[in-house]
Parts: sequence; C-alpha cells; structure tokens
Amino acid sequence: MTLEALLFQALNGLAAASSLFFVGAGLSLIFGVTRIINIAHGSFYMLGLYLAATLAIKVGGGFGFWGGILAAGLVVAALGGLVEVLLLRRIYQAPELFQLLATFALLLVINDVVQYVWGPEDLLGPRAPGLRGSVEILGRNFPSYDLFLIAIGPLVLLLLHLMLARTRFGRLIRAATQDREMVGALGVNQAMLFTIVFVLGAFLAGFGGALQVAREPANLGLDLVVISDAFVVVVVGGMGSITGAFLAAVIIAEVKALCIGLGLVHFGAFAVNFSKLTLVAEFLVMAVVLIVRPFGLLGRPQAPVRNPAEIEDPIRPATLPLRAAAAALLLLLLLLPLLSKTSPYVLVLSIDVLIAILFATSLHFIMGPGGMHSFGHAAYFGLGAYGAALMVKFAAAATLLALIVAPLAGLMGALLFGWFAVRLSGVYLAMLTLAFAQIVWSILFQWEEVTGGSNGILGIWPQAPFDSRPAFYFLTLALVLAGVLLLRCFLFAPFGYAMRAGRDSPLRAEAIGIAVKRVQWIGFAIAGAFAGIAGGVFAFAKGTISPDVAWVSRSIDAMVMVLLGGIQTLTGPIVGAAVFTVLQDNVMRQTAFWRGLLGAVILLLVLVFPGGIVGALSKRAAARRKPA
Amino acid sequence: MLEVEGLKAWYGAAQVLFEPSFHVGHGEVVALMGRNGAGKSTTLKALMALIPQRSGRVRFLDEDISDLKPFQIARRGLGFVPEDRRIFSDLTVAENLDIGRQPVRHLDGRPAPSWTMEKLFTIFPNLRDMPDRRGAHMSGGEQQMLTVARTLMGNPLLVLLDEPSEGVAPVIVEQMANAIVELKKEGLSVLLSEQNIHFAELVCDRAYVLEKGQLQWHGRMADLATDVAVQRRLLSV
Repeated sequence: MTLEALLFQALNGLAAASSLFFVGAGLSLIFGVTRIINIAHGSFYMLGLYLAATLAIKVGGGFGFWGGILAAGLVVAALGGLVEVLLLRRIYQAPELFQLLATFALLLVINDVVQYVWGPEDLLGPRAPGLRGSVEILGRNFPSYDLFLIAIGPLVLLLLHLMLARTRFGRLIRAATQDREMVGALGVNQAMLFTIVFVLGAFLAGFGGALQVAREPANLGLDLVVISDAFVVVVVGGMGSITGAFLAAVIIAEVKALCIGLGLVHFGAFAVNFSKLTLVAEFLVMAVVLIVRPFGLLGRPQAPVRNPAEIEDPIRPATLPLRAAAAALLLLLLLLPLLSKTSPYVLVLSIDVLIAILFATSLHFIMGPGGMHSFGHAAYFGLGAYGAALMVKFAAAATLLALIVAPLAGLMGALLFGWFAVRLSGVYLAMLTLAFAQIVWSILFQWEEVTGGSNGILGIWPQAPFDSRPAFYFLTLALVLAGVLLLRCFLFAPFGYAMRAGRDSPLRAEAIGIAVKRVQWIGFAIAGAFAGIAGGVFAFAKGTISPDVAWVSRSIDAMVMVLLGGIQTLTGPIVGAAVFTVLQDNVMRQTAFWRGLLGAVILLLVLVFPGGIVGALSKRAAARRKPA
Repeated sequence: MLEVEGLKAWYGAAQVLFEPSFHVGHGEVVALMGRNGAGKSTTLKALMALIPQRSGRVRFLDEDISDLKPFQIARRGLGFVPEDRRIFSDLTVAENLDIGRQPVRHLDGRPAPSWTMEKLFTIFPNLRDMPDRRGAHMSGGEQQMLTVARTLMGNPLLVLLDEPSEGVAPVIVEQMANAIVELKKEGLSVLLSEQNIHFAELVCDRAYVLEKGQLQWHGRMADLATDVAVQRRLLSV
C-alpha cells in the first residue's frame, strides 16, 4: 500500500470521526452531570439518521436535505427532553444499574418503534445537494461532503468548548459534574439543569446520526453498534472530557480506517487480513488505553456520588421457609419429566430456564456481592459453549469430558481478562468487560478455520446416556443445582466476606489485610468458570452454536435477569432468570415486536419496583415484621 | 427568623437527630456546639434538605420550608457552607464564586445585605490575588475562605456555617472570626456549628449544645464560656 493511499484512508477516517465524536460528547456530557449512562444514546443517533433520510427524500431539495439534518437533531432533542422528564427524573435516586436497565429498555422500545414506522429495510438518503461532487486529493477523488464532515467536527468541538468555558451554563455543567448536590445547595435548580443537559446530549446524538445521511444507510442494527462505539470513545477519551472524546473519536476512526486500508498484509510466511481486525482493533485500543491510563486519555478519577442509594442489608443464609420452598421446588423439578409427558416443550423451556439461572447467578456473584458490574459476561458463556463444542468437533469428546472443558475455557478467559478488569472500577470496569466480550465475539466470528465463523458449529448433541431429552434435563438440573449451591457456599465462606468487604470499602478492606484486587480477580474467575458451564450445557441443549453466544445482547440479557430479580438478594438472579426466560419465550411467540414489549415491561418494572422483584417482596416482608 | 421544631434525621436505619428545637433571630450569631458525632453537621444538612430521611418542622421567615428542595431553600435566602468545603476544584476562584451568584434579596421591603466579588475580597484578601487559580491548587485555608465567599455570593439572609475553623491554620481561624464579625455587622444572621469554644466565644451571642442528637443546653454564649462544668460534661475540653 502506498503512502498516498494510506493518507487518503486517513482522511476517510477523519470524516467518520465527526459523528462518532458528537455521540460520544453527548454521552459524556449527560453522564458527567446526571451520572446516567444512557444506552439509548445509540437509538438517538439511529433515529436522527432515519429522520434525516426521510425528510431529505420526502421534502427533497436543498431545504429537505440540510433543513432535514437540523430538524432531525431538534426532533431527537425534544424526544430526549421527554425521556428525561417522564422517565429518568423518576429514577435518579435509584441504583446506577437500574438506570442502566431503564435506558436499555428504552433502546429496545425505540428500536421496535423505528421498525414499526420504517420497516426492516435499510433506508439510504440522497447525496448532499451542493456537495454532490468530489475533490481531487492525492490523485484520488474525495467526496466533498466528507470534507464538510471533517470540518464540522472541530467546529462543534470549539463551540462546545466555548460554551463550557465561557458561559454560566457551561460553568454549571462543570460544577455539577463534580458535585451536583452542592450546586443544588447553592440555589441552582438541578432538575432543570439535568433536563437541559440531556436535551443537548440528545441533540448531539441525533445531529451526529443525521449528518451521516449521505454516507451510510439507516438500519435497525445501528443503535447497538453506535452505543458500543460511543462507549469506547468516551472511555478512551476520559469520562466528562469533551476534548478527550474528540481525540478518541479521531483515534478510533483512524485505526478502523487504516485497518480497512491495509487489507491483506504478508509478514513473511504469515498473512494477516487487517480489514477483518477492525472490530478487534478499536477494542484493543481501548483496552491498552485503559490499562495505561485507567481514566482515559484526558479523564480524571470520577468524583464519588454524594448520597448514594440506600445502604444494603447484609446477605443472610436462607430462612427455614425459604429452604422448604426450595426443597418443594426441587421436588417439582425432579418430577417434571413425568408431569410433562404430554407437552415435551415444557422440558425444552425448563432446560433454557435452568441454563439462564446458572448464567445469571454467576453474573450476580461478581455484580452483587463482588460489586463488579460486568457488561461482558457473555464472553465466558461463549467461551464455555465453544470450548465444549470444539472438543466435540475436533476430539469427538464424550459429553461429560466436553462439559469439563467448558468451565475451564470460561475460567481461562476470565483469568486473563479479569486481571485487567479488576484494576478498574465502576463505569470503566463495565466498559472494559464489554470490550473484552466484543473481542471474544470478533475472534469467534472471524476465525473461520476453527470456529466456523458466522455459521458456527453444528451437530453438538449429547451422547448416551444423555441423548434423551429427560436424561439431558436431569444432567442440566444436577449441574445447575450444584453450581448455584457452590456459588452460594463461596459467598458464606471467608472468601465471600472478603469480596463483600472489598466492595463496600476497598481501603478499609486493604487495611485489615485483604488483598482486594486478588480477591476480586479470583471472584471474577470463579464467575467466568460457572458461566462457562452454563455455556457448555447450552451448546449441547441447542446442538448448534454461533458467535451470538458471546454477543452484547446476551450479556445484557443476563444483567436484566439479575436486576429484574433484585441485586441485593441471593434468590434474585434465580427468580429473575426464570421470569425473564419464560417472558421472553412467551412474548416472542406472540408478536414480532417482542423486544419493544420486553422493553416496555422492563420500564414498568423499573418504575414500580426500583429494588427488583425479590427486593420488593423482601422489603414488604420486612415491613410486616417490624411495623414502623 | 429561623425556627426549628422536633428535627429528626436518619442515616439508613440509625436515627441521628432526636428532636432538637431551636431558633435564630434577626442579626443573631448563634453557636451549635457539641462533640464529634453529636449531630451538628447533620442538623445543618437536614435544614438544607440534604438528608433524604428527615422529619420535623422548619420555618424560615414565617414560611414552612420543611418540604422544599435544597435549591428552593437556598433561593429563600438560607446559605449553606459545608464542613468539607466542597469547592469545585476544576473551576477557578472566580468561576466558583459565579456558581454561587443569586439575585439580591429583600427583607421587609428593604434590600438585604448583598455581595459583589470586590466586596468579598475586602473580607477575604487572599482571594483577591488568585481569581484565575483552580480550586485544586489552593491551600486548605484558602479553600475554606472560598467556600464562605461562594455562599455569600448568593446574598443569603442567614448563613449555616459548618465548622469553619476546623483543620485550618491559626492565622486563618483569626481571619475567619473577623469575617463572621463583619457578616454580623452587615446584618446577616449566622448559625455556626462549632467545636472550638474559644472561636465560638469570639463571635456568638447565644449557644445550643447537642449531645447524641439531643439538645442538652442552651443559653447565652458568655454563660457557656464560663460554665466549666457544662463544658466538661458536653464539650471536648
């Protein structure tokens, strides 16, 4: 590849950086002030693009195109305002993770609304009136519209910078980012400030999406792609730093563009296809930056949030009634194959539920008592699934042997990634775990020779004696029961106490001789191993696996299960996983818009039970025990 | 001016305040004294509605402010100076002061004491030389002055001052005492949470003493300063 071609590719990267920067900047501003990680920010971007494309086509001409871009940004901003006032304002006091869940539910709802309005086909906008042509740069034709994009990024950066540095509104944003409670005590209406910041952030996302109208087609997958890119931008640049977000957007876009530009490169006997590495590359950049500078390029350690949510009750061993209920449930589960002779689907669904329970319980282990909010737990589920499947594919291993490899694969992955992840905390840890999961996913997706690429691995069926549905059900039940009980044991062992001590006060825990990082690392690895078992069982239950086993939505599903059940309780993940799986199964068969419906249900649950289902029940029980 | 009745506050399940009642009159400087953990800071925070779990009746200028939000309370003219300073360390001195800025208030139809940066610099001369310095690069004493000045920019009628003498050099303590005397001269009322009886004696008219969240003593500051028995029982002297 020539130097000219490389430079040309770099220009392409700059054009892509602008929109990335707008989304990242909006996300960062909103997080700084409200402490909410708005997952629906990707939806705002997507919506902006759909609106701009529609306006450009329907209204047409220069007015439809350029006016449409602006209008799209404004409509999305108004929507953002609505979301803030109707939804977020009610949950600012709720635990951080609940806010996450709510914004994720919003993403699901918006996605289905968009699908309802625009349909599943991609929507491509027209080329920009007035900037249809191209300019000759380095002997190639470079689209004029891309030059416009390159220019508008730094322009908006300058405007944002001036706003933050020179206006009272900007000073209020910076002050609130550090200590919003104090800003309120000085007479500033926080609610108003939050709404305005959210509207501004939503505008940036919608505008960023709209600007892409002449470059890329609007499609329904954009929301998740954009939000994970925006996460990377914000985390690499440093939470709360607008200049950092710009820098990061440029770096990420450049790395991606260069990977595509390099294509197939031969290093002696080896050939590396760089264009396949784009997905891995941006996350590798993020992983490296986070390891070297844990708070991003221009970020600073986050100020702790004043008056955090309620103090958690300590976890307690199961009470007698709970044990009795568990025993009764177990008896029912043991009899299930007999009871369900007439409807074999019950067993299939039960196996799904059991797998979900083990997966969710393993995530709860690090999320609840461990205090590590992993956004990428599916990585270890996927490693377990592929570990077992590859044993069957290449070694024709017996079912049990393959199921021994599954947790080992999860454990290895968790040991490696966990070592980096426990060095961080809070949002940064969440983002890094997400990055690692994306890396696992891209490897599964792109290493076709071994993993079968997007087709995955087929024909992984359990061998005798587990080859009948009831026999496999009993195997699953035994593994899940053992897994859940073992994880519970760990929590009531000194190790579990040490992990909770590290969560509640890292400094004090260190001071009494607990190696907090090491305890967290071991906890992370244990959770990975158990997720691996769940993945292994999953592979045999389905017979076919694809890279989807490690995809973001599986990580988020697990998180939803844990939060649905209530993170402060040990039974929470079990109830949450069961409710979620059955709900998903039922809703999915009823309607094509099951994701949106699921989102709506989650939103309702978050607003009604900010402590999760089990949390709400046990609070009610506690209220009965001691009438206030 | 400020009347408090039966104030209660909880952190989680633990009750910290057990219904102290007190009042601050126009132009009065009143001390709220007591040992560490007696509930002084909690009282001030509860008045500002900065503690979610609280109950009791708080009246300010004959208006019930118990159910208002912190920003609304601040806008009624109750200024709060927190004990741990909480200046915005990313912002410069001038910017910190700007965040506190509120319109001039009126009391009984007349303009109440109001402040400009220039006027504040005469009370806190150290700040005059560093308007562009970031909060992060100031000494503890300078930060303490900035916190007080920032609250005064809101032109409060009554200032809740939480242990301004704690953890700063003696020379700063002296300046702080002078500043409070200045505020009193301007006609401001002050509720001062304090452990240091010598400091309180310099500036206060009356005193309330808290112990374990309950009001144990109240009376004239001069009486408390001479009553060694009460001091020994309720204060860490």
